[in-house]
Amino acid sequence: MKKKLYNETIYRLLIIVVAVLSALIVGAILLLIAKANPLKAYYVMFTEPLSGKFGLTEILVRAAPLMLVGLGIAIAFRSGIINIGGEGQIMIGAIFGTFIALTFPNLPTYILLPFVFIASFIGGAIWGGIAGWMKAYLSVNEILSTIMLNYIAFQVYMFLIRGPLIDPQEVSYGTGVPQTALLSKNAWLVRIIPASRLHAGIIVAVILAILVYIFLWKTTIGYRLRAAGAEAKAAKYIGVNVKNYLVLAMLLSGGFAGMAGAIEVCGVHHRALESISAGYGFSGIVVALFGGLHPLGIIPASAVFGLLIVGADMMQRSVTVPASIILAIQGLIILAIVSSQIFFSNIALKEKIMIKLKLMKSGDKDGS
Amino acid sequence: MIDLITILYAAIASGTIILYATIGEIITERSGILNLGVEGIMLMGAFFGFYVAYTTESLLLAIIGAAIIGGLMGLIHAFMTITLQANQVVSGLALTMFGSGASAFFGINMVGKTLKVSFEAIPIPFFSKIPVLGEVIFNHNILVYCAFILPLIVWFIFNRTKWGLALRSSGEEPLSSEIMGIKVIKVRYIATIVGGIFIGISGAYLSVGYSKLWVEGMTAGRGWITIALVIFANWNPLIAYGGAYLFGGLTQLGLNLQKFNIAFPIVLLKSIPYVFTILFLLFISLKGKRSNLPKALGESYFRESRG
Repeated sequence: MKKKLYNETIYRLLIIVVAVLSALIVGAILLLIAKANPLKAYYVMFTEPLSGKFGLTEILVRAAPLMLVGLGIAIAFRSGIINIGGEGQIMIGAIFGTFIALTFPNLPTYILLPFVFIASFIGGAIWGGIAGWMKAYLSVNEILSTIMLNYIAFQVYMFLIRGPLIDPQEVSYGTGVPQTALLSKNAWLVRIIPASRLHAGIIVAVILAILVYIFLWKTTIGYRLRAAGAEAKAAKYIGVNVKNYLVLAMLLSGGFAGMAGAIEVCGVHHRALESISAGYGFSGIVVALFGGLHPLGIIPASAVFGLLIVGADMMQRSVTVPASIILAIQGLIILAIVSSQIFFSNIALKEKIMIKLKLMKSGDKDGS
Repeated sequence: MIDLITILYAAIASGTIILYATIGEIITERSGILNLGVEGIMLMGAFFGFYVAYTTESLLLAIIGAAIIGGLMGLIHAFMTITLQANQVVSGLALTMFGSGASAFFGINMVGKTLKVSFEAIPIPFFSKIPVLGEVIFNHNILVYCAFILPLIVWFIFNRTKWGLALRSSGEEPLSSEIMGIKVIKVRYIATIVGGIFIGISGAYLSVGYSKLWVEGMTAGRGWITIALVIFANWNPLIAYGGAYLFGGLTQLGLNLQKFNIAFPIVLLKSIPYVFTILFLLFISLKGKRSNLPKALGESYFRESRG
């Protein structure tokens, strides 16, 4: 039994590795078309972030919001609802949190920070909840509504940080950069490694990942959420109000993305500014899928994609390859992973590959 | 009221962008394949069309180029979802990410460039002299005129030809269709590729024909609005006219709100298309079931599973 499980794990890992490799090969072709040297680009992308304190801490700085968004996405997917609204939920969460931090600058940190995070959670939850409610009670497709809400959130967010919430200094200097005033230090997440941007948010994210795991797999509500997602009809028979659980899933999903907004505000920028979401809303989907929609898979997955994002930035600087290639590569990775599902669902194909693997292994033994 | 003519004119010009894409997506969805990659395919078409127009200074080649890139993206989606039986939703999302990233990546050198060639408005003799109507409808460029005819042709193919029957039955009852001798897999491949071609063209119309420039992410959600319009149009190419131009009109009207002295923060005006899309979706849900929804839409079709 144990051996079977071991083989199964090897099989899964093998397929993920092949999927990522094939995505990188197609990415290399794109780089070649753009007349860049793919070997050099990839070398920088994968080694530079890992070769020093700066790179390593930056990976974790990126991993924190990715993990939170990914957790939210996983909760939604597990409940049978597809949340593409991470970007908007991050922005609304960020602005809610910023508003609280700017309004109560003198509260002590241990009161203010939880307060900010709760506000951000509520902001994101409202934005996600709208889509969840429309899905459950008006059967409005959630993919479309969350995307539309992204665009609306962006306009609202920009309106706020350009207008009512703009930094008074920006106005008096006449520079007019769209950003809010700097938060008081009471709202800053503590930096855990000196002379780096790495802040306590990563610890918060990991703790939340474990809590989400316990919630989804060890509590009744979590069980019902997953039941509603796996088999809505059956869930109804065991007395689950599927509609309410859809709304709950989107409230939680949006709330987690909202907290990613708080993490960026309190941990990295110490204010709300234009590029707050930095594409985490979309990358979080990739992280969630890559992590097998499982909280404990999402922890390493967010580090992997943190590496990819930091690597792409470094690549842009030293090899002058536009970092937007990373979005294309992320798309390719999802394509590769989703198309590799056939290797899990098609039993005959799976057996064939497993047998080949075994042959290879026994071949090794004979050799040695 | 002079403004009204301008708004209606702009409604048709901007509605054309989504009309091409909507027709493409209707063709694809009618065969049973849901393609959520519209936004990414549109962006690739917009970038590549602009790139070809800039380098070759040929408008025809620009449209052909965008069509080819759109068709290729459609082919990828077809291969993923039909041959590899990947989840259609996830594959489409991935395609959108890929298209957004790749178009931004390759398009970085095209930002800020201006084209030496452009689609000029061709006033149609006699008709363009009709007051109001002539100005609004008969004074556009060739791509807008093509979009007038396209839904009619597609409607005709859907309802009056053997191909159309094969396409629709593949989306409704793939298994029975196969038994009746329709090659469902082939039909779906063709429909997804052809759909991609029209979505690619819509991108080229946006960059080369409409705004005459390339900006990263310039589709600004139009691909997603398209998917909403397909539902609104009840998968009927003729209603797609109404959806696309109505949407174009409402958006233009919203953008012109300032002129009517209505106090409204300007930045928020930009969110009007998206608010309208949500309202469209609410309207659809209140109107009840969509009768033309292809029954097998979004489901993988396993030919082997028969045996």
